[in-house]
This record gives sequence, C-alpha cells and structure tokens, in this order.
Amino acid sequence: MTAPALEARGLVRQFGGLLATDDVSFQLAPGARQALIGPNGAGKTTLINLLTGVIKPSQGAVLLDGEDITALASYDRVRRGLARTFQINQLFPDMSPIESIGLAISERHHGGADFWRVAGGRRDIAEEVEELLTTFGLIDRMDEPTRFLPYGKQRLLEIALALACKPRVLLLDEPAAGVPEDERHDILRALAALPGDVAILLIEHDMDLVFNFATRISVLVAGRLLCEGAPKDIAQDPRVRAVYLGEDAHG
Amino acid sequence: MRPHEQRIAQHLHRRARWRWSEIAFWIAVVVIVFVIPSRASLINEILVNGLFALSLDLILGLAGVVSLGHAAFLGVGAYAAGILAAQGLDDPTLGLLVGGLFGGVLGLVTAPLLLRGSDLTRLMVTLGVSLMFGEIANRASWLTGGADGLEFTMGKVLGLFPIGFTGQRNAALYSLVVLFVLFVLARRIRQSPFGLSLTAVRENRLRAGALGIATHRRIIGVYAISAAYAGVAGALLAQTTAIASLDLFDFHRSADVMLMLIIGGAGYLYGGIIGAALFVVLRDFIASATPQYWEFWIGLLLVVLVLTGRDRVSALVLRAARTIMPNSLKQGGSA
Repeated sequence: MTAPALEARGLVRQFGGLLATDDVSFQLAPGARQALIGPNGAGKTTLINLLTGVIKPSQGAVLLDGEDITALASYDRVRRGLARTFQINQLFPDMSPIESIGLAISERHHGGADFWRVAGGRRDIAEEVEELLTTFGLIDRMDEPTRFLPYGKQRLLEIALALACKPRVLLLDEPAAGVPEDERHDILRALAALPGDVAILLIEHDMDLVFNFATRISVLVAGRLLCEGAPKDIAQDPRVRAVYLGEDAHG
Repeated sequence: MRPHEQRIAQHLHRRARWRWSEIAFWIAVVVIVFVIPSRASLINEILVNGLFALSLDLILGLAGVVSLGHAAFLGVGAYAAGILAAQGLDDPTLGLLVGGLFGGVLGLVTAPLLLRGSDLTRLMVTLGVSLMFGEIANRASWLTGGADGLEFTMGKVLGLFPIGFTGQRNAALYSLVVLFVLFVLARRIRQSPFGLSLTAVRENRLRAGALGIATHRRIIGVYAISAAYAGVAGALLAQTTAIASLDLFDFHRSADVMLMLIIGGAGYLYGGIIGAALFVVLRDFIASATPQYWEFWIGLLLVVLVLTGRDRVSALVLRAARTIMPNSLKQGGSA
C-alpha cells in the first residue's frame, strides 16, 4: 500500500489555555476528494495552518507522501507539493492574473532566484499561464489588475494560483465563501475540473457543495475529530446531526 | 501556438521595453550636464542623491520595506572608498566596488533584524543601526579622521579621465555614467522573476509564502542589493567631493533620501532621481531667496503630495500646463 498523500499524526495545538487542536489524526489518500466540516470555532482554520506550516504544532507530526515535514517552513512545503487557498482572498491587488499566475509558475520552475532574466521570456511559462487562465475562465480579464476583477473571478484566481504550484495535495479553505448564488456554479465547475491525481481536502460550510464534491467527510468539533466516513453515513450519524447539521439539514 | 500565448508573453514582458519617455529622460539628463557646466556641482549632487534614492527605492518601492537608516550604508561606502584612496589605492572604479561591497555586506548582516515586527519596528531598527555606525566612525578617528573628516585625492577614471575637483563637469559626468549603469541593472532586477516576486512579497506576504516564495530570503537579498547601491552612492559622493565626513551618517541624510523618494514617487525607479532633482533644486532656489525658510516649502510640498496623492497632483500640473500651452503638450510621456 502506498503512503497517504497527506497525514496528520496526533496534532495538538494550544493557544494559552485554549486547546484549539486536540490530538487530530487523519489520512488523505492520493487523489482523494475529502471534506472537513465542523461548526464555527471548531478549529478548522487552525488545522489548515498546522498542516501548511503557518503555525507549528505543540505536539504531533505532519507527513507528506510519508515524509515528515513538521519542521519545514510553509514555503518549503509548497515546493514539495502542498498548496492551499484562503477563506478570505489573499491575492496581489495590483498584479494582473497573468503576472500572478506567471509568478507562481516561475517560482516553481526556478525558485525565483534568477534576477537577470526578464519575466515572460519563456514560452513554456506563457503556455501554462494560458492553460490555467482558460480552465478558470479568466482569459477575458487576464491583463487587468486583480483588484478590478469581480469577486467571483477573484475566488477562481485563488484556486488557479494554488494549482499553478502543481500541488499533489490541495487544501481548499471555503472556496465558495461569499460568492453570490448566481456565480456559485462557476466555483462548482472549477472544483469538478481539478486534476484527478491531486488529493484535495475541502473545508466548507456549504453542505450542497460538500456533499456534491466529497467522497469522504471528516467532522471536527471543538478541536477533535468527531468522526469520519462516507457522506451518507455522516449525514445519518446522530452525533453529527446533534452538533452540526441540525434536524432539518441535508440528507 | 495557442490563441492568447502571444498576448500573455507580451503582457509579462511589457515593463521590460524601453519607452520613449524613458529615452527622452536620459537624453535630457545628458544634455543638462553639458549645457549648464556652471552648475555642475549642483548637478553632481542631484545625480549622487538620485543614486542614493534609487537604492532606497529598491527596498521601499519594490519590496515595501521601510528604512530610516539608509545613511549607514552611504557612510560606510564613502569611508571604504575614502580610506582606500587615502592609502594610495586611488582607482575610482575599485573604490566604487569596495564601497558597494562594504555596503552590501553590512546590509546582508543587518537585514535579518528587519524580518519581524511592524513598519515602526523597522524604522527604529534601521535608525538605531545607522546611529551605531555613525558613532563607530566617530570613535575610530585613527581610521576615519574623526570630526575633521578624511581628505584624499582620486586617480583617473579607468586611468584616463580625471574626476577633477568639486564643481567640474567631469565629476558630474562620472556620476551620471555610474548612475545610468546601476539604473539599468536595477531596471532589469525589477523586471525579472525576482523583481516580480518582490512585488508579490510587498502586496501580500502571506500569499507570496503560499506560492512557495521564501519571503525572508527575498527581503534579505534585496536589502543587501539596496545597501550595496547605497554604498556605491557613498563612494561616489566621497570621490567626487574628495572628502568623507561624519555627517554622511547623520539622521537627516536618511530622512532627506526618504523625502526625495516620496516626492518623486516610489516603485518605478525614476522617482528617486526626479525627487532628488526637485529636492536639491528647490533647496538651492528657495535657500537663495529665503535662506532660513526653505524647509517650510519642502515640508508643504511633502504634506500636499502625501495627502492628495501624487497622481492627482501631477494630473493637475499637466492640465494646468496644457491650459497655458495648449499645443506643446499633447499627451506627454507617461512616466
């Protein structure tokens, strides 16, 4: 059996007296479509930050393809194939989608250390930029500063940027957050079109999205993993219904 | 060939092309140096300060790192070149290289101090470092000449052209060549993937890290380059005035260069040179009219620029100019 694409082993994170992450262990198989749900304040964002290395765990380990990456800085984890998107847009307001994506690709190719070459001189980079822009429907706004893009397009650029890092594991932090109803299908379509070999962990409040997308769901409550399983089992689990879904919820 | 590939490559490449307004700018600078030889000393001051402000633009304009202590590198570069010349190694090019090297190494060593905290932290840390180096230069008077300064004579540039003493056109020409060469290099850095990554670090450090960019290392790198530029500016200042003095480390040097850059506009590399020209000329002009009050006008200019935004001010000036001379200014260069 191959190693899981991403694995958390006994992750603990304490903020003063608050136990934000309490002994969380889980595995993400290569190419998985997994969702992480939980009520507000369950510690979902803390868990993402632990996995991506934005904060260090008090205890436990994070493994990428079976390799311990707990000690690595977050940018090193990205280079090894662990990318993420943000719940609140984290983009480059004055850079265009072309420049933003071009930068991400050129970082991946060269580590950005070369300061002599002029950006845009390489055909393979331009080709890859075009591919991503086309996939995410950003071609018609590709040379405008990002801050002029409508919110829905910015959400798509969030995902495109993460994908430009060619990750093997992708953490999506509420990709549909704040997107108006009529633009939601663009996000859904983009999620459905993500490469099959990339393992994805989706953090999301929108239950339609979660149950559409995920083949496996983990439930996080008060920093602990309450349960994990197939969508239909999770939807019927009385503990989940009690703490999270409520009586009239999906399923 | 994909349908949009050409446009994408051009877009990525667009800042690398030399625009007519840029070419006109440099021709104008050359012309000025030749046309007003009587003000060569003033022009030299502008060019050296322009290089110093360019060095600040590399960290402030490109990477968004503030500094109130850039004079430390100016002073170290000046004394490195000066001491070298005083020891008999009076080749100007060697002096520039050594000045830049000392500035760069000092920048590399102190850059890690800037990685944590807020802009206020960075302002205070850079200020503190420059105060420390000023005092070290003061204490090491056996090496630096202390309060008397350090005087020396320079050899010929490339063994051919004498720099001459202060006020000669050769000094201004020499400074212009150095400024231009380093400007072209800075321009190249700005357009490179490295420069693009600095923009990303400035605009959103969190996301830059999430793209796999080692943000700390990039900031240290550009800070060292910027400090090397300031070191060359210091060496150039010492060489063209034949003296290195302790006031190079003064706080007002760091503050003035920040003023010049803000007045001219940070981030597009020409701002430092334009700001230095405005600053030095304005000071010269106002100081001859009302010697005591010239800083009042500089202060007023700064307040107006920062509060109203440079774009609006320059648009206003352009519109006023068009009203006065409707035919001569049709959509001038877009700097």
